[in-house]
Amino acid sequence: MPAFPTAARRALDDAQLRRNLHHATHTIRAKRARAVAEVDQWERLRSNGAAIKDHTLTHLDTYLTQLEESLTRAGASVHWARDAEEANRIVTGLVRATGTDEVVKVKSMATQEIELNQALEQAGIRAWETDLAELIVQLGHDQPSHILVPAIHRNRAEIREIFLREMGQVGVGAPADLTSEPARLAEAARGHLREKFLRAKVAVCGANFAVAQTGTLVVVESEGNGRMCLTLPETLIAVVGIEKVVPTFADLDVFLQLLPRSSTGERMNPYTSMWTGVTPGDGPQAVHVVLLDNGRTDALADDLGRQALRCIRCSACLNVCPVYERVGGHAYGSVYPGPIGAVLNPLIRGTTSAVDRALPSASSLCGACFDACPVRIEIPDLLVRLRTRVVDEKRGGLPTPEALAMKATAWTLASPARLEGAQRVSALAGRALRGRERIGRLPGPLAAWSDARDAPVPAPETFRSWWKRERGER
Amino acid sequence: MRVALFATCYNDTVWPQTPQAVVTVLERLGCTVEFPLGQTCCGQMLTNTGYGREALPLVERFADVFEGYDAVVAPSGSCVGSVRHQHATVARRCGQHALAERATARARTVFELSEFLVDVLGVTDVGAAFPHRVTYHPTCHSLRMLGVGDRPLRLLRAVRGIDLVELPAAEECCGFGGTFAVKNAAVSVAMGADKARHVRETGAEVLVAGDNSCLAHIGGLLGRQRAGVRVMHLAEVLAATEEVAA
Repeated sequence: MPAFPTAARRALDDAQLRRNLHHATHTIRAKRARAVAEVDQWERLRSNGAAIKDHTLTHLDTYLTQLEESLTRAGASVHWARDAEEANRIVTGLVRATGTDEVVKVKSMATQEIELNQALEQAGIRAWETDLAELIVQLGHDQPSHILVPAIHRNRAEIREIFLREMGQVGVGAPADLTSEPARLAEAARGHLREKFLRAKVAVCGANFAVAQTGTLVVVESEGNGRMCLTLPETLIAVVGIEKVVPTFADLDVFLQLLPRSSTGERMNPYTSMWTGVTPGDGPQAVHVVLLDNGRTDALADDLGRQALRCIRCSACLNVCPVYERVGGHAYGSVYPGPIGAVLNPLIRGTTSAVDRALPSASSLCGACFDACPVRIEIPDLLVRLRTRVVDEKRGGLPTPEALAMKATAWTLASPARLEGAQRVSALAGRALRGRERIGRLPGPLAAWSDARDAPVPAPETFRSWWKRERGER
Repeated sequence: MRVALFATCYNDTVWPQTPQAVVTVLERLGCTVEFPLGQTCCGQMLTNTGYGREALPLVERFADVFEGYDAVVAPSGSCVGSVRHQHATVARRCGQHALAERATARARTVFELSEFLVDVLGVTDVGAAFPHRVTYHPTCHSLRMLGVGDRPLRLLRAVRGIDLVELPAAEECCGFGGTFAVKNAAVSVAMGADKARHVRETGAEVLVAGDNSCLAHIGGLLGRQRAGVRVMHLAEVLAATEEVAA
């Protein structure tokens, strides 16, 4: 996977992708704006959401212990996973113990993050995604491109082709006369999935929220496929990031208002499923909850970065981001794309890889993401903070060309005399180029600017020198 | 009122006509303008690229140079945003807590031009005349970091002879973003191309904004397209009078 600038440049060349992304993000952006405008005290709701999350994160140890007790009391088994490998080992072991070789899956970011499907496949267990968009991505041997709309980069014609080509290979095939009408595509998916729902003994899900007080897990979704997985199988395995805990049932009131409006632009999401442990004779009779760290405590240890753990995965920041809109999710090299991905990934994965080091710079710092964030994560500030971290980690070694340029700039700007010296050179160039309105091509590293943009001609006289001439030294 | 002008390093060097226009407008409105010669740069480019440590001397210089002024005015929403929202943080992160407090105090006296005219001087009609078809781009840092709202538009609407037309998708970023324009040049240009297209759709002769950096980016694209649209800083439109326009 190349780092963002290279991956983004490739994505920009795909005209169809850009059209799909533009259409989808603008549609959902407008819908969200309408749904948010309906709420009188939206700003207060945002602040409440942020405050609840901050309080929980500050006392995370207490609430996680309470959650474990509540879950156990309600008949669920709790497992702790330090990282992806441990979580995958636990889930694989639990599935194997049931004697089955397949699971149905509720759309879950946590299991995408730990690449559970691949781990299960290596263990000979097939995992079937049941969320419509995740199904499209899985059947297309593809990666999700968006948190909420994983197949945002695909259009209807492409989806029809994928269904016709792939469904029959792994189960009930698509009807031969399938058209690209949404209703027909949904019907084909329903036929394909029904067989899997009715056969599966084990389901794997995540959770949008986990209530410490009661041990209740919450999944919100639009299609009802999740609810099929949460009710039909005998065994349910939930992989839950430790930041998903909220203290009380009453706290859900705030988040169940914030999430659907920010995410799908709806007042209320169509399906909200809540379950508390095991109820004899009703639903799964074995419930396992894997509480996942996988770098979250590293983010928690960062005094500014910990606010990224407030994220409720609504994807509002993706939909308003002008960078995401042009390049889509794959360029971010992670299941968490867009502005939140650009901060969350380096926080939880660290900045050792080239991909993670480039992510904080994948933004123009326009600030639209902060305005849209329902829990007020100050993404632009975090991006600057992470850029600083990337720079600081490189100090002491051989300086990069960028570091040399920045240090030279800092040295020049540190005194008015040095700045004037540099300005004399610039004014000289300005005088030499007098009469021309713009410069076409620049040499060296500045060519990245002038490949597509004219550069301004520097002024023949600086303001400073004009002021001294006109007004004297004072 | 005694006002200090913070020209900003790039306006000082590349677009001196912009701070000159600020002087013209402020003096026309009865202000006494001073230009402290010790000023250089707010350090935003360094801070935003991750070189906060290198920006620290500039934060200190800014706090020193502009000490004692009731108001500091700058023709850049972006640089004012940096002074207001980043200077204290940069100082604090470098362990300079006394400087952080001075920077916080200084930040309260620093205004972007439209804020200063509308909020401090209480003026929207600055006596300008500019008989041209104009469209206005609200730059991200003015719009979102400072929250200048419709102040620039109120100032422009009061300009005599102006034909102010609305810019489609005005609040979307133009793609400049400081070093983003070079580090992710392809994405930056893709964003700017859409902005330039919207500008052309308006049929405006002149694109106006409160930040010459964004204008250099959009203007650079318009120039390469030979679009025939001029870019101008808000201050220059506000400084224009009937004599100049004629």
